Amino acid sequence: MNAPFREQQARQTLAVVDCDIHPAHRTPGELLPYLEPRWREHYQTYGVHVRQALSSTLMYPRMMAAGMRSDALPANGPAGSDLEMLRKQHLDPVNVEFGLLMALSKGGMEERNPEFAAAMSRATNDWQIDRWVREEPRLRAGIVVPQEFPEAAVAEIERCAADRRYVQIMLSSRPSDPLGHPRYWPIYAAAERAGLPIGLHPVGYNGGHPSTGSGWPTYYLQEHYVFVACMEALAASFILGGVFERFPGLKVVLVEGGFAWAPALAWRMDKHFDKFRKEVPHLKQLPSDYLRQHIWWTTQPIEEPEQARHLVEIIDWIGWDRLLYSSDYPHWDYDNPSFSFKFPMTEAQRRKIFRDNAMALYRLS
Amino acid sequence: MSRHVVCAADELPPGSRRTAFVDGREIALFNVDGRLHALLNRCPHGGARICSGIVTGIAQSSGPGDYRLERHGEFLRCPWHGWEFELATGQSWCDPRTTRLRNYEVRREAGGNLVKGPYVAERYPVVVENDYIVIDI
Repeated sequence: MNAPFREQQARQTLAVVDCDIHPAHRTPGELLPYLEPRWREHYQTYGVHVRQALSSTLMYPRMMAAGMRSDALPANGPAGSDLEMLRKQHLDPVNVEFGLLMALSKGGMEERNPEFAAAMSRATNDWQIDRWVREEPRLRAGIVVPQEFPEAAVAEIERCAADRRYVQIMLSSRPSDPLGHPRYWPIYAAAERAGLPIGLHPVGYNGGHPSTGSGWPTYYLQEHYVFVACMEALAASFILGGVFERFPGLKVVLVEGGFAWAPALAWRMDKHFDKFRKEVPHLKQLPSDYLRQHIWWTTQPIEEPEQARHLVEIIDWIGWDRLLYSSDYPHWDYDNPSFSFKFPMTEAQRRKIFRDNAMALYRLS
Repeated sequence: MSRHVVCAADELPPGSRRTAFVDGREIALFNVDGRLHALLNRCPHGGARICSGIVTGIAQSSGPGDYRLERHGEFLRCPWHGWEFELATGQSWCDPRTTRLRNYEVRREAGGNLVKGPYVAERYPVVVENDYIVIDI
């Protein structure tokens, strides 16, 4: 018998930039060495403030390995904690040229104690560089900030921004107030000064208010869907709040919130803007103009209409230069770039979505 | 259709699974309680290598309050998005109209039946010790 078994070969495919990779802690105490003694003690004594009843239990049961790919569990530690597995399972076979880290677990975004939130953000940012980016030059970090405490958030942005291994500023898409609120504006001023985009990603159950405008979802399916509702509300808040008028250099990336809703939101805002423009005299352009100039979207989880070509019309409207490929590795709804787009694309369109848009937006090289 | 030996039968005992490259394709092989299944190791939805998926049954219900997991060991759940495929046919039960996982005929054959060509070479005594797993592509 011949030797019929071979390891899967890495295919020579177009290099991609993946805008959503989640690194996890190997052990619950992984951040301790990155905390000052005062906050190390606080962490060990009180733990983090997570807004759910049982900190070790997910709020909604999930059918797949607690929300992870069931093939992404390393021998030691949780999914997403093993760099070698990330390389073998994703970076190498998919040919990732750059991968952007989205560090969600126990960062500062959900924490309510202001100084502890700042300390956890610092620790998470140092940990990303130390544990991931230094070890794997294809990876880039996102600056986690204590977003509910803008002064501390600005300090953290200024501490990190000169290091080009940080390529964006991360905010939760479930903030305490809609993100157009002026109390967040110091963060946008700092982002503009640093020349870094803002990346919004759904994080836990931040803010303490229900994730829909009408109460808590009943099912995980529903909870997963309302990532979209949050993103729409925040996009409208940024635009109508005048954030982009005040900070013309600001760029916002909506991660994991879908994109097919964007034209409908723009049409609706434009229609009413005709009637209500005196209420928002700070806006100098149509709401849809701000949307097209300042907002980018990532692809995962991509909408899958029955007729895949219907997505083409939506992307034609949004612009082929506004979408960024993302995988969400190692989460269960991971998207492989070879399969996530179920309609034909030109070579130019493919290059934009999978690589060039992100290279330009995040100034990767 | 061509026959391919993929491994000796004792390399795929009941309860085990493995992959094999056959004719340029990666095939996922399962032995579930002695039943052999061979499927293309690529989920038709998102491209996952389904060999690491969960072998399971299918939830059936005749109405509210009545839920049963039936046909245990007959279905494979993709490790990423959870699409379920019948191992024996490759048929998806999430969207039976449009999605199926490519499956191949697979069986166990005695080693002595497998290799016959147009020439007869000088013969030496040979002992057949094992059966092999064979699939048709």
